[in-house]
Amino acid sequence: MMRRDTDIPETCDVAVVGGGTSGLALAAELKRLGIGSVVVLEREQDAGGIPRHCGHYPFGVREYGRLLKGPEYARRNVEAAVKAGVAIHTQTTVTALHPDGELSLSTPAGVCTLKARRVVLCTGVRESSRAQRFVGGERPQGVMSTGALQSLVYLGGMRPFRNPVILGSELVSFSAIATCTHLGIRPVAMIEEESRIVARPVFRPYLMMHQVRLFTGARKTRIIGRDRVEAVEFENASGALTHIETDGVIISGRFRPESALLRASHLELDRGSGGPAIDQFGQCSDPAYYSTGNLLRPAETSSWCWHEGVETARNIAEDLSGSAWTVRGSVSLTISDPAIRFVVPQRLTLTDRPGGMTQMQVGLSAPVQGRMSAKSGDREIWSARLHSRPVRRILFPLDPLRTASLEKTIELSVSRRG
Amino acid sequence: MAEPQTASRKFDVAIIGAGVVGCALARRLTLDGAQVVVLEKAPDVLDGASKGNSAILHTGFDAPPGSLEQACIARGYREYLDLSEELGLPILKTGALVLAWNDEQVAKLPSLMEKARKNGVEDVEELDRADILKREPHLSETVAGGFLVPGEYLIDPWTTAHAYLLQALENGAEVRRDAEVLSGNFDGAGWTLSTTAGPVEAGQVINSAGLYGDIVDQRLLGQSSFKVTPRKGQFVVFDKTAAALASAILLPVPTEKTKGIVVCRTIFGNLLVGPTAEDQESRTDASTDAEMLQGLRDRGIEMIPELEAQEVTTVYAGLRPATEYQDFQIQYREDQAYVTVGGIRSTGLSAALGIARHVSELMGAEARFSGPLEAPILPRVNALSNYHERDWERPDNGGIVCHCELVTRREIEAALDGPLPPATLAGLKRRTRVCMGRCQGFYCTGELAKITAGRFKTPIGDKK
Repeated sequence: MMRRDTDIPETCDVAVVGGGTSGLALAAELKRLGIGSVVVLEREQDAGGIPRHCGHYPFGVREYGRLLKGPEYARRNVEAAVKAGVAIHTQTTVTALHPDGELSLSTPAGVCTLKARRVVLCTGVRESSRAQRFVGGERPQGVMSTGALQSLVYLGGMRPFRNPVILGSELVSFSAIATCTHLGIRPVAMIEEESRIVARPVFRPYLMMHQVRLFTGARKTRIIGRDRVEAVEFENASGALTHIETDGVIISGRFRPESALLRASHLELDRGSGGPAIDQFGQCSDPAYYSTGNLLRPAETSSWCWHEGVETARNIAEDLSGSAWTVRGSVSLTISDPAIRFVVPQRLTLTDRPGGMTQMQVGLSAPVQGRMSAKSGDREIWSARLHSRPVRRILFPLDPLRTASLEKTIELSVSRRG
Repeated sequence: MAEPQTASRKFDVAIIGAGVVGCALARRLTLDGAQVVVLEKAPDVLDGASKGNSAILHTGFDAPPGSLEQACIARGYREYLDLSEELGLPILKTGALVLAWNDEQVAKLPSLMEKARKNGVEDVEELDRADILKREPHLSETVAGGFLVPGEYLIDPWTTAHAYLLQALENGAEVRRDAEVLSGNFDGAGWTLSTTAGPVEAGQVINSAGLYGDIVDQRLLGQSSFKVTPRKGQFVVFDKTAAALASAILLPVPTEKTKGIVVCRTIFGNLLVGPTAEDQESRTDASTDAEMLQGLRDRGIEMIPELEAQEVTTVYAGLRPATEYQDFQIQYREDQAYVTVGGIRSTGLSAALGIARHVSELMGAEARFSGPLEAPILPRVNALSNYHERDWERPDNGGIVCHCELVTRREIEAALDGPLPPATLAGLKRRTRVCMGRCQGFYCTGELAKITAGRFKTPIGDKK
């Protein structure tokens, strides 16, 4: 049973789990920095990740100086990695993470193991499923995520339905409309539980352009139809029922890190972000493991992930070079207000080693108008204005925390105005 | 072998309904030497009550002593243990804990244990709080007491039923799908059934139509001695990482109406909480609703607080064909060459092989037909257990297509090209577990659409 796929080495310097945007950018940068053997393990038949089936603009402006569609961007990322000397193994699934950089793999030829000096987890994000949102009703065919729709439309040229409704109103929900129109699918409605659309209001006219009706404040959404989707029903705040005839449902957004491997492993998971707990260098609780890209938090743009991958590669290259630095300690960033959903990194390693993230990323679970502050012990060491909502990019500089702290933890909280 | 649409063949037995009971009957009577046809009104088998259950192999410890249900479970259970080895059907030998959460429930435990012993389940063992928490360290400390039923196990509800039917097919039976029985005529020697897939002639008819048992009796006999009132059960399935939080099947103290809400692993490596028990008129509406699901999740967290941090993988609902009677309704009308197998409400999976034996004896099958097969062919079964070797661990598997459930291309192709090919995506899911995992099709829908193009009545997508 244990036949070794001759392509996959038994050991390597860096094994990258996931050949999407961040993994490929990281792997290519590692090679450019002189790392000997860099292996990308991709479970799909082709590397490239999510952009492979995002047949729309805009990708690649900062990375390649050109406006590209997703598939072309993915192709360039793969080419750049191969050109740099990265070995990409497709149809190769990592089935378990073990301490000290040992991986269990499954390939079409069977199972094997790979031992790497450093492993980088780059498994990205996916949308929450219908079940995870407890969307009730029957379970007919024709209910799918935007990601599944995109892979059908852009990779298969197939239409799963003609007049779907879209649940959710994030940026990706609007991308779902673009995907639909590509093959002449006409979405009839967008249904959102919140009282306003989650994406920036600037996208709203796009709905009118495509004659998609918007319903906000929807509750108790149910799907009707035994074999095929026939309708969707929901209530408004006062209990009035809306019934929309439709033949499909796109369950969009509410991204969550694809953390299955991580959850089953020895590595520390951050419940808030849904990704691994890392320090500012991207290092996980087992120093043989790093992580970068959208596994860190839901969800950033491809461009962001690409640059994050490159930055993390530099940290890993330095780690592997063995140049000595002094670790003075470690500080945990903790959250004391439920409106703050996550902060990345979750930990600051205090060292004379330069580099690492210069900013922390914050995600909210509820709108906040006020200030965010950091306390070390009883002392406030930093505060800044915070006026934002969930699913928005929020960045604050890490330096004030890094310099001020000698305590074991820094507590982050918010104060609301008025 | 499978589904030739010839009306000319005259069968010894027509079995109406391809749920787990119909599949077990088809196997039994085929092995008894009968020429069997199975008629299923849906496009695929296991599309009714057998679609959604808790996947437990029960000992029958809490069935009413002396009931037909208890007898069938006891027999079915014993035969399953033998057959599972023969057919390669995986079993996860977890045992069950019946748990009491208050003094009132604790007071019921001795009589439940007494009942178990009466039912021949002698190895039940009383446990105190400390014993229970030692066995199940993740359980809430509010548990008050309980007892162990070592013989309660977890099985794969779909592969099991498919294997029964496959063995029937391999040994000469036929299955006709999209074949709803509309009416029938008994001429004293045999039946001619009118179905949506054409006429079928058979010497004997067995009605194992589950949720439609009373309707089929009315269509063929003009009356039914019971009325099916579907009882819906909703379930929440947690991620595979949650499976570490429960070792045994955790059962509540049952009530008259229901076994109550169970928390247990599944053989596929998840953790399941359910079912609810909701009586309804509809025989098709297996819908879920957010409030009930939230209630199940909350109940799960009450029992196992760490569940709070676990992700939900999927939710589903099943319909149990309950009747006004508590016991199974199995009746042989010899003068009409007709058997009704009705009211198999919630223990059909455990009792199916026992029910098949019972019906075979009622009919005098071994003497009536051409005699038991001497060397019956064993079907090829693809075990999907998370706790046993899977195809992705073997060479030349074609690569993994469904990443969450680690389903290989070879497994999918084998199901599509096998003797009982799925007619729907739902059928392929039951045969292989594709799309049944965490991402619910986010990653593999596109690839599956390509692999299954031209195979399903309703394709995943159509080419523009």
